[in-house]
Amino acid sequence: MTAPLSPTVGNPWLCHTVRIAAITPEISGVATYDFEFTDPDAANRYQFRPGQFNMLYLPGVGEAAISLSAHPAARRRWSHTIRVAGNVTQALAQLGTGGVLGLRGPFGSSWPIDDCRGRDVILVAGGIGLAPLRPVVYRLLAERSHFGQLTLLHGARSPGGLLYTREHATWNAGGVAVQTTVDRTAADWNGNVGTAVVLLDRLPLPRPENTVLLTCGPDVMMHFTARAALQRGLPASQLWISAERNMQCAVGLCGHCQLGPEFVCQDGPVFRYDRIAPFFRVEGL
Amino acid sequence: MPDLLLQKGDLQLLFDRLSGDGFRLVGPTVSQEAIVYDEIASVGDLPRGWTDVQAPGSYRLEPRSDEAFFGYVVGPHSWKKYLFPPLATLLTADRTDSGWAMHAPPEPTEKYAFIGVRACELAAIKVQDRVFLEGAYVDPIYKARRDRCFIVAVNCTQAAATCFCTSMNTGPRCQAGFDLALTELSAAFIVEAGSDSGRQVCGQLPLREATPAERAAAEAARAQAVAGISKRLETEGIRDLLLTNLEHPRWADVAARCLSCANCTMVCPTCFCSSVGEVTDLKGDHVERQRQWDSCFNVDFSRMNGGVVRNDVRSRYRQWLTHKLASWIDQFGQSGCVGCGRCITWCPVAIDLTEEVAALREPGP
Repeated sequence: MTAPLSPTVGNPWLCHTVRIAAITPEISGVATYDFEFTDPDAANRYQFRPGQFNMLYLPGVGEAAISLSAHPAARRRWSHTIRVAGNVTQALAQLGTGGVLGLRGPFGSSWPIDDCRGRDVILVAGGIGLAPLRPVVYRLLAERSHFGQLTLLHGARSPGGLLYTREHATWNAGGVAVQTTVDRTAADWNGNVGTAVVLLDRLPLPRPENTVLLTCGPDVMMHFTARAALQRGLPASQLWISAERNMQCAVGLCGHCQLGPEFVCQDGPVFRYDRIAPFFRVEGL
Repeated sequence: MPDLLLQKGDLQLLFDRLSGDGFRLVGPTVSQEAIVYDEIASVGDLPRGWTDVQAPGSYRLEPRSDEAFFGYVVGPHSWKKYLFPPLATLLTADRTDSGWAMHAPPEPTEKYAFIGVRACELAAIKVQDRVFLEGAYVDPIYKARRDRCFIVAVNCTQAAATCFCTSMNTGPRCQAGFDLALTELSAAFIVEAGSDSGRQVCGQLPLREATPAERAAAEAARAQAVAGISKRLETEGIRDLLLTNLEHPRWADVAARCLSCANCTMVCPTCFCSSVGEVTDLKGDHVERQRQWDSCFNVDFSRMNGGVVRNDVRSRYRQWLTHKLASWIDQFGQSGCVGCGRCITWCPVAIDLTEEVAALREPGP
């Protein structure tokens, strides 16, 4: 886990305004939005690390914490893959290209990509949990020679829930082996059926002690992923999860996102598993 | 600077001096059968001759046999309502031809002098300073108000049955964090200056050096408060005690009594949780983002699109107590409790956190 990269200087409540530059439909109810800053200086200063999130603000509606799913080296234009889930994302879905909204960020901790160098890396993503891992895939591909065996295990409820399938061939060709699986099969599905944890159970692990696993998805999926990884000999200190809680301020001041002693917005959302494990699966914490 | 003596008849001169320096005076005053903090105009607004009698779930005002100005302990209000306002605008947004123009609200122009801040309340302000000023991000609302306030502390000379500042090492003696600290004697106040601004104010008041007898009388008055404290919270190992007993049966026991009314968090001088909402004009062209006090006892507090995380009273009481007494230490290097006892007094069903902690020390059946 790493400290915030560039804390908003001064007032953490101030927003930049961004314009929707492009909208790419993904799966049902999910689209990727490309944003551009209206202020070129803000655009030049903005940087993020994979795993971090922005607060997107629709005046009169509210804010939502959304992870970045862009290429981390992208400049001036950033993307978020967003599922229509609450009032903010519903209102966002009504905006078209050219629509203007507010943005604060980036906030939170990031995936430990530098710790992955020289090691095998497994990414385990459930549904839209692949969105915050996509910047990791891009970094791994860009610096492929620095890493060992690279695997992405992506599970979804149904074939229609698999994300970024148009990119999977490129990722495979670039050296990240993509395996997909679905909970419920469909007529035209010839692939795996079952959870991503089943794929992990089957995955050959030539050197578990030198393997890092990053996972994002529903809490229960991450819990069983971590359990399976521990059983396969990965050290708890090499497992990383991305947690989700109600976030309102994004800077550790409003109290909503607490998970035990952690402020998920500030200490997370990316946590080393051994740090969060005592609290992660306590019911109602 | 030696301890100084201010005649009671000259207390108004202190108020006049602070008003003359542009401070709005906020102090204790009787309202709705309680001693609350509100703007005051003169010493006549102070709760002279009144005291508070407190117990778990109980607060009563009673007349005193003397004319003491500060002969009470603490009421339902705390100074956080001035430093961390219950409702504050964070940002304004105005629709323009090309989208939205967003601005920070103007900085406040008023500055407050707090009159009658107790030692546990000085500690509470220090706890909120750590939260709002000393982390990775500074809260601009709190900072603008905190930077401008003048603090006149008053040493307690009595204790309520709900007080346990001695367990939390926060009182009853005011040690630091004030501009001036008063100890009330029958006819005068002993005055200590704790800052340059405090010393400047002293220089403009008709003070004289306190005699050894007067200093001894002040010491004796402060000792009465220590002697009056009967409640105790055992803090030894409390962080691990709470965080390793997240499934202790006592949580269900207290949940059966707790109304999840959020009173304890509203009266707590350190609770800082808040929610942000949107307030718009009728056309939706002018929007204010407003922050309002919230509480971990409210169901919606932990709501996500996937559902509510803390969906029963057990999980919400556990969140409050473990945060206040245990995980606060992880987050901010100190306890979130200052031992003021407000959460005990103002709990409608008399839940006493010191008893809950004691019960958690007992192994489950």
